[in-house]
Amino acid sequence: MAQSFPEDVLEHVFSFLNHDRDRNAVSLVCKSWYDIERLSRRRIFIGNCYAVSPEIVIRRFPDVRAVELKGKPHFADFNLVPEGWGGYVYPWVVSMAGAYPWLEEIKLKRMVVTDENLELISKSFKNFTVLVLLSCEGFTTDGLAYIAANCRNLRELDLGESEVEDLSGHWLSHFPDNCTSLVSLNISCLGSEVSFSALERLVARCPNLKTLRLNRAVPLEKLPNLLCRAPQLVELGTGAYSAEIQSDIFSNLSEAFLGCKQLKGLSGFWDVVPAYLPAMYSVCSQITSLNLSYATAQNPDLVQFVSQCGNLQRLWVLDYIEDVGLEALAAACKDLQELRVFPSDPYDAEGNVTLTEQGLVAVSEGCPKLQSVLYFCRQMSNAALVAIARNRPNMIRFRLCIIEPRAPDYLTLEPLDAGFGAIVENCKELLRLSMSGLLTDRVFEYIGTHAKKLEMLSIAFAGDSDLGLHHVLSGCESLRKLEIRDCPFGDKALLANATKLETMRSLWMSSCSVSFGACKLLGQKMPRLNVEVINERGPPDSGPEDCPVEKLYVYRTIAGPRVDMPGFVWTMDERVSSRFSRATEGHGD
Amino acid sequence: MAIGDIWVPDNHYFHHLATPLSHLSPLFFSLPPSLFCSQKTSLHSRLSYKKSLNIPFLVIFLDVMEPTLGLLGGIGAGGGGGRGGGGAGSAALSCDQTGLNVPNSEKDYMDISKESELELGLGLSLCSGGGGGVEAKGKGSAWSEYGRILTAKDFPNGFSAGSGRAAAGTKRAAADSVGSAEGGSPSTGVSSQVVGWPPIRAYRMNTLVNQAKTSNTEDGEGVGRDEKKENSKKKINHGNDKNDSTIKERDHLGYVKVNMDGLPIGRKVDLKAHTSYETLAQTLEEMFFKHPSRKIRSGKEQSMQPFKLLDGSAEFVLTYEDKEGDWMLVGDVPWGMFLSTVKRLRIMKISEANGLAPKFHKRNEKQRARAI
Repeated sequence: MAQSFPEDVLEHVFSFLNHDRDRNAVSLVCKSWYDIERLSRRRIFIGNCYAVSPEIVIRRFPDVRAVELKGKPHFADFNLVPEGWGGYVYPWVVSMAGAYPWLEEIKLKRMVVTDENLELISKSFKNFTVLVLLSCEGFTTDGLAYIAANCRNLRELDLGESEVEDLSGHWLSHFPDNCTSLVSLNISCLGSEVSFSALERLVARCPNLKTLRLNRAVPLEKLPNLLCRAPQLVELGTGAYSAEIQSDIFSNLSEAFLGCKQLKGLSGFWDVVPAYLPAMYSVCSQITSLNLSYATAQNPDLVQFVSQCGNLQRLWVLDYIEDVGLEALAAACKDLQELRVFPSDPYDAEGNVTLTEQGLVAVSEGCPKLQSVLYFCRQMSNAALVAIARNRPNMIRFRLCIIEPRAPDYLTLEPLDAGFGAIVENCKELLRLSMSGLLTDRVFEYIGTHAKKLEMLSIAFAGDSDLGLHHVLSGCESLRKLEIRDCPFGDKALLANATKLETMRSLWMSSCSVSFGACKLLGQKMPRLNVEVINERGPPDSGPEDCPVEKLYVYRTIAGPRVDMPGFVWTMDERVSSRFSRATEGHGD
Repeated sequence: MAIGDIWVPDNHYFHHLATPLSHLSPLFFSLPPSLFCSQKTSLHSRLSYKKSLNIPFLVIFLDVMEPTLGLLGGIGAGGGGGRGGGGAGSAALSCDQTGLNVPNSEKDYMDISKESELELGLGLSLCSGGGGGVEAKGKGSAWSEYGRILTAKDFPNGFSAGSGRAAAGTKRAAADSVGSAEGGSPSTGVSSQVVGWPPIRAYRMNTLVNQAKTSNTEDGEGVGRDEKKENSKKKINHGNDKNDSTIKERDHLGYVKVNMDGLPIGRKVDLKAHTSYETLAQTLEEMFFKHPSRKIRSGKEQSMQPFKLLDGSAEFVLTYEDKEGDWMLVGDVPWGMFLSTVKRLRIMKISEANGLAPKFHKRNEKQRARAI
């Protein structure tokens, strides 16, 4: 083979490739490209921390500066994954502490992080700048103190929605006085009050601070103090947005917002007092991202505020916005790309607000750029879904949750197969779909036939038989993540499509009908899959072979079965027959 | 083949990529849908295959507080250090501690099948693809307390989840009552709080809950707050704060953490699933103090077990941290008040519990319990 380019040239060319997929593709061309690429890769993304081991990663990529890891499966967000399941960052931190002394960034999602891990991070990496912990757990504010104290050049600390044991707010004071590097600080998930004066001084001495998301304990009256010291803010998360109704508080607030010429994103808004919403009117036209999903404000205050934001691209809001508010949104915000409507009272069967499918249809009609939807509602119809599909063929993410499981089309009482079928048929670029309502195998046939770009599919209380699952596994060519709960899917489709599972990141099935015997078979036959059975009620072999497992998590891996499983997780591999007492014979024909 | 994550394997995989999957047994190639029309093929003889499942059914696990099997020491699973990770060592299950007496031989399995008909009955009824709700043969069986497999037959009027707050928290009571009835009929009308549905992140649920709690119990001095009304009035009030000392039956997601002294890994329990201290204590006992022999006893015997966590006669006491960060003994305030103020639970060794405020009116004089 002729040497086409010197390595330096190739490396320089590769330095323009930042996207993982491009770099992965490049590494497949030939051996020398593989080597050049791997030595020059600085950022790695690992979508499943158990798919590969730290040792393998370090061996292949010896000089990494930024690591992103994800741990628990997505359904862990909804308490479907028992505590103690896994997702520990510990082995990664320990290995990287030795191998990557120049590591700068760690981003974790749904992982278990301890104070010791945080301490190790803070002391092992001299150039550490970015720590993002999304939906993580296992650490306390003491761990944060280590980060604050030891990371000299910290630029980003984002605790997004993590479960932090809040011992005190004192950790913030551990930022040394000469720390001026902060660009982004998100402490919105913390409960306890941080020292406001420490916060104020920190904000004042960090001229590059662009993102500041406060926690609820920061009072509204003091917000102007922070805004005046950081008029360059691009994203602001308020604390509790309530105070006594006093004109000086209002005027201070208005004036402070007036000074924030760069502000583009707003969030926070716990305990909203509607009277203070107009204080932000001066920035409304700049706002492109608005998260009011904790704001218990109602119409007309709510819709009045949202309608001021003519350049809105992303809106997260509670269902207090109601259909009438969404219609106003559709009229006012023509740039809207993403809409999420959360239920204010998820357990109320009747609902206390007038939010129906009409609101979503209106937005789909009025907002030509709408491509990402998460919508909780209590009624839906095929007609509405068809309309949405026809209005928005550019839809990329569509997640619909009809609160009552198996709710049919409320007009015709039919299943919603046709509606979701229209979605997948018309929205050819659809990447992510979550379905709800009454659905038969037919909808899966539509999905398998049309959803060729679909990467993530979430199914609950749907389908009639294995045929449904088979349609999905055999038809969805781009499928990476499949999560299923409470569906009558069993062994046949799973085993018939076993090879498909190696092309996906993961499959989650809980409260389905996959038998223990099938899990064993799958684990034995597919060595590059980890087949994990989660049975909290007892070992899966305590019943007959055809007894269904409670939860099943299958993921591809080159690291073999993991060694940190708790007692209620069993891995099915070739040794499984020796671990369990009974022989693995099929039961009759 | 675009692989978006690190799972691009080493060199020796290249030839596999060229001829995808050829190394795998032809057994596992995708089968045409015609397979599903035939009952018997050679494939089926390899699988543990009973019958196709054509009946839509609902699998509802009414209990979110499945007994933990991972907290009572046993086989170390290795790996993981630190606080969270370090629990892995002691978190593994000792199989002998399950309620199901893991059989070591075929004979044991047969004995189990007689004593715990419900467990197997559960499995069999599922696999044979039909049957109504599982008849609870005895309350002692683990399955009946922690879940029921219902079919569409149980819901002649359609499934309704989450309807009616009054029924919230009764799922356990309902399950118990079903268990103790003689061959009890499946309990329809139970508003089954399905775990993890609707799919809202726990963080979001707890935040909404905390907003509701705050608005309900804080004193107002002209501070405008949004406050939810119960049942009759459905809209939120603006403005007037109510200094509402009567704690209404609130609707909230009540997942709180429970830690037990000496165990590194905590659990979560859904307080919303309970209406009294007794059921909560029973749940926690079963979660943390597994007594395998109890599971096999008949239901009546079990219901007479004392609730050890509440009467202070055992080695541990149940305590909780309230909104103000103080640690209190569980059981002294009305249940509703407890719900609105509890932040998390701790099963404390009795030796450490001295000094906790046992009575509500002594609140001002108590010492803080030692922090965890």
